Amino acid sequence: MDLEFGPEYEDFRQEVKDFLRKHGEKSPGSAALRSNKTISWQKLLIENGYTARTIPQEYGGYGAQPDLIQSRIIAEEFANSRINPGLGGQGISMLVPTLLELGTQAQKAQFIRPTIEGEMVWCQGYSEPGAGSDLASLTTSAVLDGDNWVVNGQKIWTSTAQLADWIFCLVRTEPDAPKHRGISFLLFDMKTPGIEIRPLVDMTLAANFNETFFTDVRVPKHQIVGQRGEGWQVANAILGHERDSLGNPNITLARLNTLIDLMKTETVNGEPLIDNPIYRDRLMKIQGRVMAMRFNELRVLSSQLNKDQDPGIARMIVKLQGTELRHDLEGLGIDIMGEVGLCYGDNPHTRTGGSWQTQYMFFLGLIIGGGTSQIQKNIISERGLDMPREPKVIKKGGQ
Amino acid sequence: MKFGFSEEQVLLQDNVNRYLRDNVPLDRVRTFADGGTDTDIWQGLADMGIPALLIPEDQGGIGLDALDAAIVAESLGYHVTPTPFLGSTVMAPTALCLSGGDHSELLEALATGNKRVGIAFGEAIARRNSASVTVTNTTLTGTSLFAFDADADFYLVADPNKHLFLVDTNAKGLQRRHLTTVDKTRRTVELSYDAVAAQCISEDPSVFEATLDIGRVILAADTLGAAQNMLDQAVAYAKQREQFGRPIASFQAVKHMCAEMAASLEPCRSMVWYAAHALANLPQEARLTACHTKAHLAEVGKFVAKTSTEVHGGMGFTDLLGLHYWFKRCGSNRQWLGAPELVREEAAALQGLT
Repeated sequence: MDLEFGPEYEDFRQEVKDFLRKHGEKSPGSAALRSNKTISWQKLLIENGYTARTIPQEYGGYGAQPDLIQSRIIAEEFANSRINPGLGGQGISMLVPTLLELGTQAQKAQFIRPTIEGEMVWCQGYSEPGAGSDLASLTTSAVLDGDNWVVNGQKIWTSTAQLADWIFCLVRTEPDAPKHRGISFLLFDMKTPGIEIRPLVDMTLAANFNETFFTDVRVPKHQIVGQRGEGWQVANAILGHERDSLGNPNITLARLNTLIDLMKTETVNGEPLIDNPIYRDRLMKIQGRVMAMRFNELRVLSSQLNKDQDPGIARMIVKLQGTELRHDLEGLGIDIMGEVGLCYGDNPHTRTGGSWQTQYMFFLGLIIGGGTSQIQKNIISERGLDMPREPKVIKKGGQ
Repeated sequence: MKFGFSEEQVLLQDNVNRYLRDNVPLDRVRTFADGGTDTDIWQGLADMGIPALLIPEDQGGIGLDALDAAIVAESLGYHVTPTPFLGSTVMAPTALCLSGGDHSELLEALATGNKRVGIAFGEAIARRNSASVTVTNTTLTGTSLFAFDADADFYLVADPNKHLFLVDTNAKGLQRRHLTTVDKTRRTVELSYDAVAAQCISEDPSVFEATLDIGRVILAADTLGAAQNMLDQAVAYAKQREQFGRPIASFQAVKHMCAEMAASLEPCRSMVWYAAHALANLPQEARLTACHTKAHLAEVGKFVAKTSTEVHGGMGFTDLLGLHYWFKRCGSNRQWLGAPELVREEAAALQGLT
């Protein structure tokens, strides 16, 4: 057991702290896409290696060798200081790693730099009305016509489609192949004729999601990642990236500390909320769970650094446990405030910018999105515990 | 950086597991539950040096730390092993070594497994009803409830001021009464003191606290092992039991119960490791982590105990299968050395939140 990262990493941690102290005030509170403040902060972070750290310089990144401990220190220090750690989003967190792994030279050169700098915004075209948890049954089709794919169909849950410049999209190109082998991964411009976007208002009353319709959308043939029919593998290569990013225990810890501060300052019947033993016990329960997830993450990190160490199912459970934990934590922030906890939006009594309600609902969305909690439990039981799959239902009328 | 076991620790774990698997099957636990002794089990563990684990080398021990003890405790919990490990190997040596006094004779006897020291701490953690210990000079009067290890040669007794005393089981005025509890893998006693001469070990509350902390982490490790066994049994049973023409393990309702057990238990593993490591290496975090680990494992252990029993259906409810030994082990670990609500309140107090 050795929890020390070593003196060179403590120097590195100090550098990050110094940076945050010196430049932290330039950071945007929330990342409004394409705002000047967001983009200049993003560029400053890349320049210093605090985001896009391992992306090669030729594609606009910082070009450092991958170093999990450095990445962790950066994540910790940004979370601790509650300073915006730069842009995330599906283009940066999902498409860029995919292109680095499976993209052509031309695709890397064209897309990575503007994406990580925040100039080029992406949306993801995966889910369809009839293909949610069973994503591989998607039916949006792409048929080759000369030098173009012609795309027809509908996507749903396309976050930021209304702001996106481009989309990475799963389409069925081999209708006669088994469902997992008939899919391809296309990239195309959202200004292409034939794309219609309808906002889908979610329970937070924000319109972050959309329904996106494609009618004879013509996509140049070379704008495919991987080979024809390999789209499922391409997509799965990055779903792992998404799941890792969903339950960051450093952010959860920062949120817990905000909750503790709130409980010390807010009062009920003249007493600080923290003096109520029932609220306090709920807080302590959550703190125990946060602690367990932080140590679980240490073990995941350690198993990545020490190849002889078996992480067991430590990594597989992070999405399920992390999102449920955040939802419970945010819910406690509401409960302790009673009616004040209902305040939403423009209201003089709103606390912490109304974030308790927003995050409570947002994390319910994350419990469902990116592989529902139920799908996670299938994965844990089948891959982690080696339990058998549910037998396939045989459709009436043969097949 | 490595958050995990050394080669020696993996070896320790393998050896203890192998010994317990071969020598302490459920039938052996049942003979203890029916009134038999644990002497041969303890002797076997003593042959492997287990009782000497935490005792410094210059006192005849091996000088390992809490993480090594947690590794052993997890295995003991996995096999619901009856042993005096928690008192004699973990808590008593910790208190004796921290006390500053010379206890080399007793430590050497503990290291070989020849003597056993039980623990009577309840009255310093949460006094129940009229039970309490009063000390005049070094003479004890009153009652300690639920002292563990019914066969101890000495008891380490804490009074409500967190002062520690050592009492010889044969001391004049000491009465020891068996208290039947639901957990038949351990035996607890009530100690009554009628002006019993005792040896003061420490009047420094931090000695009591450090002893309590390690006891709590070790109980949490025991729960980790017991709950892991219940999960393993549930998965194995579900794969073998068929209903509606297929293994019940293929029904999502059953799979999800198992996944929920696994998902809540897996982070507990890291939590026990960290808490044990912190006891010896991260003094500023040790107490808080020990409290949270005790309370969190109590909750997860309770959940796994219930859920695993349900996965077994009617068989889970029978004595024939014996799953209830694990269920009850998790249950008593939950109450011993501080029930979860009380321990969480301690956690809050440690952060200045009370």
